[in-house]
Amino acid sequence: MSLDEPGARYLAGLLERATGQQLAENRSWRIDAALGPIIRDRGLDGVTGLVARLVEGHDPALQAEVIDQLLNHETFFFRDAPVFRQVDVAALHALHGARAGSRRLRIWSAGCSTGQEVYSLAMIFAEAEGRWAGWTIDLIGTDVSPSCIRRAEQGVYSSFEIQRGLPVTQMIRWFDPDRDDWRVKREIGRRARFSVHNILDPAPSGPFDLVFCRNVLLYLTPERRRQAFQRIAAALAPDGFLVLGAGETVTGHTDAFAADPDARGLFRPAAGAARMRAA
Amino acid sequence: MKTCLVVDDSKVIRKVARHILETLNFQVSEAGDGAEALQHCQQTSPDVVLLDWNMPVMSGMEFLRALGDAAVAPRPKVVFCTTENGIAHIKAAIEAGADEYVMKPFDRDTLASKLQIVGVC
Ligand SMILES: C[S@@+](CC[C@H](N)C(=O)[O-])C[C@H]1O[C@@H](n2cnc3c(N)ncnc32)[C@H](O)[C@@H]1O
Ligand SMILES: [Mg+2]
Repeated sequence: MSLDEPGARYLAGLLERATGQQLAENRSWRIDAALGPIIRDRGLDGVTGLVARLVEGHDPALQAEVIDQLLNHETFFFRDAPVFRQVDVAALHALHGARAGSRRLRIWSAGCSTGQEVYSLAMIFAEAEGRWAGWTIDLIGTDVSPSCIRRAEQGVYSSFEIQRGLPVTQMIRWFDPDRDDWRVKREIGRRARFSVHNILDPAPSGPFDLVFCRNVLLYLTPERRRQAFQRIAAALAPDGFLVLGAGETVTGHTDAFAADPDARGLFRPAAGAARMRAA
Repeated sequence: MKTCLVVDDSKVIRKVARHILETLNFQVSEAGDGAEALQHCQQTSPDVVLLDWNMPVMSGMEFLRALGDAAVAPRPKVVFCTTENGIAHIKAAIEAGADEYVMKPFDRDTLASKLQIVGVC
């Protein structure tokens, strides 16, 4: 289905109002393939029938399901592995010193999809248990998609999902086989909390020391993207860190953050950077 | 160009693996059992071996041990690729020196990811 058709325009508008995501910009989208299952399940007459039902407006559950299907949820463990190493050696190293008094870290993964990003972080902490002994680490994953959050909470991955990005030694150390799937062990699962949240809304209770918002803001309208960066900036400690996806940057999108000159791929609150220079 | 030796007694699996590996820019050779694979490695050691478990003549595990004994240099990375998906098998393979483990069925993303993890992709 072409995006010039009225039905597709309606769907694009629906998605954009709910999430800020632009359908046209996100080339990976094939509307028919994404919505096929819903159309079949409900016995609707193609995309046109689906749109007609949505326009009637009596079916919020259907609307939510359509929005969910139109979102790109792709993720995998330790995505962009060098960034995780950078987070460990630069951000976590700095925060270990800066928070030595409170021994508490708050970490937020915004747009966490089915949880792999959060569990990757949980494994980093579990594998450096000595270094973080006596610390309270709050690890919070949020996503606008309720189905993703449900799956993240379950922590059960297919054999395809578990093998993407995750070394086999970590797979057998931190996951248990569950028929053909793999279930995260309690030791990792208990470290993470998940909830449904839209990045365009005020952030969950901060301040956070480290925020991951990777491969989420790419296809937002420029205005929505600026808004999302503001939300994150408002929730991030002045000496905190923001992590974006590989190839994502803040330049030209927001003044709230600046690239960390000492750590590639990490970003610092602009106000915090100015304050730290002045000090 | 990195080289990969695909060791599997199933011609179909070898063909599928070869196809994926070629799209990942590997130069691919094939062997139908462990003995053939060992011979290949002694002549020209590939960067990585994709290794089935159950094969006639010489199994994947027997190959892995023989590869150690033969002191092939440089030692290729070894990635098991098998339907033996139980945790006991996985542990045994790692103990015997396998670098990674792919549970069949696999797809391009899985294979690319595991090859990246062992540093050849
Ligand atoms: C491509 S995934 C990336 C997942 C993970 N961060 C990673 O990089 O692997 C993007 C996720 O962002 C979520 N998302 C999209 N728009 C959002 C919004 N406005 N608020 C919160 N999450 C959103 C999607 O539901 C999807 O799960
Ligand atoms: Mg076989």
